[in-house]
Amino acid sequence: MTPAAPAQVTEPVADGVAALEVEGVSHSFGAKRALENVAFTVHPGEFAVLLGLNGAGKTTLFSLVTRLYHNRSGAIRIFGSDVRKKPSRALAQIGVVFQQPTIDLDLSVSQNLRYHAALHGMSRRAAEERQEVELGRLDMAERADDKVRRLSGGQRRRVEIARALMHGPRLLLLDEPTVGLDIRARQAILDHVRRLCREEGMAVLWATHLIDEVDGHDRVVVLHEGHVLAFGGVADVTRGAGAATIIEAFTTLTGKDGT
Amino acid sequence: MTAVHYLRCLRGIVVREALRFLHQRGRFIAALVRPLVWLFIFAAGFRTVLGVSIIPPYETYVPYEVYITPGLIGMIQLFNGMQSSLSMVYDREMGSMKTLLVSPLPRWYLLTCKLLAGVAVSILQVYAFLIVAAFWEIDVPVLGYVSLLPALVLSGLMLGALGMLLSSAIKQLENFAGVMNFVIFPMFFASSTLYPLWKIKESSLLLYNICAFNPFTHAVEMIRFALYGQVNTFSSLYVLASLALFLGLAIYGYDPGRGLIARRGAPAG
Repeated sequence: MTPAAPAQVTEPVADGVAALEVEGVSHSFGAKRALENVAFTVHPGEFAVLLGLNGAGKTTLFSLVTRLYHNRSGAIRIFGSDVRKKPSRALAQIGVVFQQPTIDLDLSVSQNLRYHAALHGMSRRAAEERQEVELGRLDMAERADDKVRRLSGGQRRRVEIARALMHGPRLLLLDEPTVGLDIRARQAILDHVRRLCREEGMAVLWATHLIDEVDGHDRVVVLHEGHVLAFGGVADVTRGAGAATIIEAFTTLTGKDGT
Repeated sequence: MTAVHYLRCLRGIVVREALRFLHQRGRFIAALVRPLVWLFIFAAGFRTVLGVSIIPPYETYVPYEVYITPGLIGMIQLFNGMQSSLSMVYDREMGSMKTLLVSPLPRWYLLTCKLLAGVAVSILQVYAFLIVAAFWEIDVPVLGYVSLLPALVLSGLMLGALGMLLSSAIKQLENFAGVMNFVIFPMFFASSTLYPLWKIKESSLLLYNICAFNPFTHAVEMIRFALYGQVNTFSSLYVLASLALFLGLAIYGYDPGRGLIARRGAPAG
């Protein structure tokens, strides 16, 4: 791969190949069932919201998609590459923002980004170019040499998004990326990621428990206690649940399943 | 992924580790002070009590300070290896281990890079210690400083791999105090660091067998010989075999499909 130029990272993909395909995935830790026959797809240019309360299995699903550990059953494919069988190919195409911050507080923004670039085998030159672009469009360029510790929560998150995009992935996974941020910082991050979707055809899986982050044009995956209760466009899911709004739909769906 | 990608990745990991180390001056000072306390105080006090007879690689009677220097070098690396394991558990709790593990290169390679980075840091610490020790009349043949290097790489890798293995098994940060009690202290005291093996044999055969089994003893002996430009073949092979075992188990522990990481669902968060 040549991470320097994201446009060339991948060979042309046949129409219809999903960015992320989760098929019949179940997982358990010991006797505890974390995921049960989970299936959904995200296509390039789609903003998919993985909606679920805490403990619904969102983080487990993220761990499986990013191959922190293996799925026991079913298959996860990223642009057609199975995560278990072709991990390198699959992982090279995803950018991840984890729920917990994962940047080194004592290193500068730029050092953090370079480290990530090195992990992806990028040259120093390519890393410099990508860093300029990614920090630039997040209005963080002038903070490149600052230690992360000196940044605000919202700025740190932006750095993490810039980092996830360093190697030019085409699928972006974000696990509760707005937790702990104020409304403005939250909106700025949502806007940025939606723009990536719209303008660059990025596929996005955005996990959250905050229903108000869902927009009318999004796709939603309603995950509850390890089960996918509904999957589709916002309007379809709302209608399918016989509700008027997505909030109502979510309440109906998760309530119906009974806890 | 080509060889260039692999090398860039290694460089990135080593640079990060070095930067982190430089930012933690306290850690560097602690790493330096710990063996110096042993050298200045413990060894000075015991030199009159303990006589060390002529055993290879020494050609004359040596003062006790000289005898324990290789063991103190080993101690620096032992602490460093455990410290890296602590930082890996910390990284895992804090999540930054995830960024390493989800990058596209094979996981065994990423872990090995991490290990090499830790070894590089430990070697810096060892040479800083030896510079100070030289002023304390710990005379080492000049070439000894050079012939020591390969031994340091091997022993550093072995002790680092042990730390990594522990980090794959320890779930929480709090358990690290246990590592101190149950790994560092027994390994350090039940070894040839403070007294030669023959002397231990005189007092207890069981203890002697434990010491001879302890990989740390062999790391220390390998270092002792290397410091005088000699090779202790048996100890070197013993260290190499321990390295293979520890590293293999650590990679197993971090395997996405098999090890503890899969069973427990760690990293947390």
